[in-house]
Amino acid sequence: MTTTRSDVPHIDTTTAVGPAGWRTVDVVVASAIAVAFGVVFWAWGTLWNTTSAAFTAFPPAQGFMYGVWLVPGVLGMLVIRKRGAAIYTELVAAVVSALLGTPWGLSVIVYGLVEGAAPELVFAFALYRSWRLPTVLAAGAAAGVAAALLDLVFYYADWPGTWQLTYGGLLTVSSAVIAGLGSWLLVRALARTGVLATFGAGREQARV
Amino acid sequence: MTRPVAVDVEGFGWRHGGRRAWAVRGVDLRVEPGERVLLLGPSGSGKSTLLAGLAGLLSAGDAGEQEGSVRLDGVPAVRARARAGLVLQDPEAALVMARAGDDVAFGLENRGVPTADIWRRVDEALSAVGFPYGRDAATGTLSGGEQQRLALAGILALRPGLLLLDEVTANLDPAGAALVRSVLARVLAETGATAVVVEHRVEQVADLCTRAVVLSAEGGVVEDGSPVEVFARSGAALAAQGVWVPGHTPRVRRAAVSAAGAALVVARSTSFRYPGADRDALAPTDVTLREGEALAVTGSNGSGKSTLALCLAGLLRPSSGTVTAGAALDPPSDRPLWRWRGRELVSRVGTVFQDPEHQFVSATVRAELMVGPLRAGLSRPAAQARADALMERLGLARLAEANPFTLSGGEKRRLSVATAIATAPRVLVTDEPTFGQDALTWAGLVELLAGLRDDGASVVLVTHDEPLVEVLADVRLALAAAAPVPPTYAVSPTLEADRTTIPQENPSDPRESGTGAAR
Amino acid sequence: MSVLVPLAPDRDAALARRNPVAKLAAAFVVTAGLLVTLDPVTPAVLLGLEVLAFPLSGVRVGVLLRRAWPLFVGIAGVAVANVVAIGRGEVLADLGPLEVTTGGLGTAASVSLRLLAVTLPGIVVLATTDPMDLADALVQRWRVPARFAYGALAALRLLPLLSSDWHMIARARRARGLDAGRSPVGALRAFAGQVFAVLVAAVRRGGRLAPAMEARGFGATDVERTVARPQPMRAGDWALVAATVAAVLGATAVSVAVGSWRLPFA
Repeated sequence: MTTTRSDVPHIDTTTAVGPAGWRTVDVVVASAIAVAFGVVFWAWGTLWNTTSAAFTAFPPAQGFMYGVWLVPGVLGMLVIRKRGAAIYTELVAAVVSALLGTPWGLSVIVYGLVEGAAPELVFAFALYRSWRLPTVLAAGAAAGVAAALLDLVFYYADWPGTWQLTYGGLLTVSSAVIAGLGSWLLVRALARTGVLATFGAGREQARV
Repeated sequence: MTRPVAVDVEGFGWRHGGRRAWAVRGVDLRVEPGERVLLLGPSGSGKSTLLAGLAGLLSAGDAGEQEGSVRLDGVPAVRARARAGLVLQDPEAALVMARAGDDVAFGLENRGVPTADIWRRVDEALSAVGFPYGRDAATGTLSGGEQQRLALAGILALRPGLLLLDEVTANLDPAGAALVRSVLARVLAETGATAVVVEHRVEQVADLCTRAVVLSAEGGVVEDGSPVEVFARSGAALAAQGVWVPGHTPRVRRAAVSAAGAALVVARSTSFRYPGADRDALAPTDVTLREGEALAVTGSNGSGKSTLALCLAGLLRPSSGTVTAGAALDPPSDRPLWRWRGRELVSRVGTVFQDPEHQFVSATVRAELMVGPLRAGLSRPAAQARADALMERLGLARLAEANPFTLSGGEKRRLSVATAIATAPRVLVTDEPTFGQDALTWAGLVELLAGLRDDGASVVLVTHDEPLVEVLADVRLALAAAAPVPPTYAVSPTLEADRTTIPQENPSDPRESGTGAAR
Repeated sequence: MSVLVPLAPDRDAALARRNPVAKLAAAFVVTAGLLVTLDPVTPAVLLGLEVLAFPLSGVRVGVLLRRAWPLFVGIAGVAVANVVAIGRGEVLADLGPLEVTTGGLGTAASVSLRLLAVTLPGIVVLATTDPMDLADALVQRWRVPARFAYGALAALRLLPLLSSDWHMIARARRARGLDAGRSPVGALRAFAGQVFAVLVAAVRRGGRLAPAMEARGFGATDVERTVARPQPMRAGDWALVAATVAAVLGATAVSVAVGSWRLPFA
């Protein structure tokens, strides 16, 4: 059952600000975004299967798929704009997909942690003050680097160096585009809908 | 239970973050312990915001800014949260845990109730609301009425001295709403708690309340007294502002029932079952949509109304049976509707979804209205002309450049209907089109839908809204409720195969005595 | 969409009754022990022990295989990628530009065994753990802030709702004439549109859930939260962790003894 009410108050309280300034609504919305990506990952897998013929003819396809995995961390940080948002959102998204029955079991949690920590570091280097495109692209690229490193350790440790470098480069570029640019575009579109009014990303919008 | 709470509101105002206008302003109100106040006012007068303020959930910061003060027993509401209990409109949004008992326990844990006492209080609260299942019931599969009673139990377990009820029956089907109301009446009588009640259809709760207070859209309290006095003095004025007031049902012309025209869409033994489910979501149903005819599909939650609507609109592939187009719909092929391409569907069958936001795909209202016509093959200037004409007709012209998601509830509903009729489809399928609308937008929607029907379209109304059925429907298809399934982890439901459609007699209109299945 | 397919309805199985954090710790001990080596012996020994212990999970083998078959496909893909990339040792087959070598096959075998040995306990832990018990245990035993643990747990309840939003959005787009058709570009564009719409729904639903939680005292800092479901570490939980550590050390010792153990990239 769904309702649409424009007058539902977005609520927070001073008493409810806990660790690192996270309000309850920050935690729940970051988690809800992560849960939504549980659904998105599932649908992406289905789409991937139904259109795989077109994608397999195109070698960077795997990198393309990877970028989608890395969106929640960057997106979560761009919406919440609080310390730990990237790592938290990516981690919860990983846990959700584990619960949904990814065959990879708990390893996805290790992936979630590392792939969230990498963009988190980039935003931390920017002192959690820059939300502009170059920073966001760097965060997306960092997530790609982290994912590539994990893959190389877990699966491809014995690959020749050139193969390893090519693989890492591919993932980095695709993740900068999909997780970086993609998240940046998504948050801009979200802000225009007014749903982010009580979050940092929404306050830059003109009052309505 | 705990002592009833006294409420003092002085010069209270609240403005949400990112908004220029105040959601509520200039409210002065004293509520004595044990009083039960019905809070009235037109859409946008800030009733829900005031309730959130009373619950202590508003405090300045990122969320917005405050004027004046709200005190419970003399303590600022933000620091007296434990004395107030807020029940919200949408139980789906209020339940936190996956199991019923754990959900009720959630609040008790947060309030620091000792572990040894928690489960005793959980069981007390569950029995106080007449919750029909045990602690282990899965919250996600409860009916709306059961969920709302569970949400109420979660609040009652905390023993609040002030109960705040924000449209708690608005989301429920009539049977569920009636049950929740009777539980509320008993709970209020037993606890003696102070209560502040906001309700959409006022007549349903007026007799629970001892006092009525009216907020104005311009700010402040404009009327205060016993519900009977307030309705006598200001009923007409409130109704004119769109408030649903007892005895002031909006008057809408009841168009003469015209002779039904040619068949546009024909469903034969259409049924649907989710993959892996052990019972039908929609039992086999026969129905024909005809030119110039409004068909109401009624039935309780879980009877498959919305599923039928999706099948009729060509958006869901039936598990068995067929949904095909009559020649009068000018079908692009003789395939069943669900196999048509989107651009073939959009000019023939329009759909209005329960949640208007599901339909929005554009960044402005004008672009939103141009999507369908462009897909149907119109030129850009022609599509724009059509969008502009529709905006003018539906009072959306000043919002042409606004983002659809930022509109008010009533505006979103009108826009969603407008997007569906922008391509002038011969069939319009609507799912709860009047849900949550105030009396003014309700009357406007009825006029609009009646006009489409009178112009020869077939209009399908999937609805719980009995007044809507009475003024608009030419034919009624009543779907039987599926047998209730206990929401426990071990279920062995039995399905009665022969319960498809049950005729509902309505003596005022002889045509309504036929069921869809009979035609 | 079927979500949360239960692998183990048997809540009384030995492993299902263990504390979730004990199970998590055990799974991570296995992961750590296998990450530091790239040999076939350590994972083979551990995998053998895991198979022996599997009946304790209460998961039926058939159910597990049905859930896990994509894993085998994935592992096969990784194995092939290693075989074709690594040219080392004796050439066993020459397929034009590609060579199959003993080195490539060796690495592929090691990596495949390692993946199996790491993922099997992970799947079993997830299958035997109720998310709510996990949140309780994380808060009570590992001092994870309740705000985060239960915030995430509450949002998890939105999963079926957001899944149904996803499907309704897809239908609404078709009703508006916007179905993707056959072109991959159209499919990608439709996908992006749907992702956006479901995110709007997620933020709205989260924005409604948070005040409902606060209305029931969640997030208050002036009250010490109590627990309805204590999650103590019992003797059996410590035994599980100890046994896992012993198994990993034992497997490593065997591998070192036969001279197989080696660091990755070394």
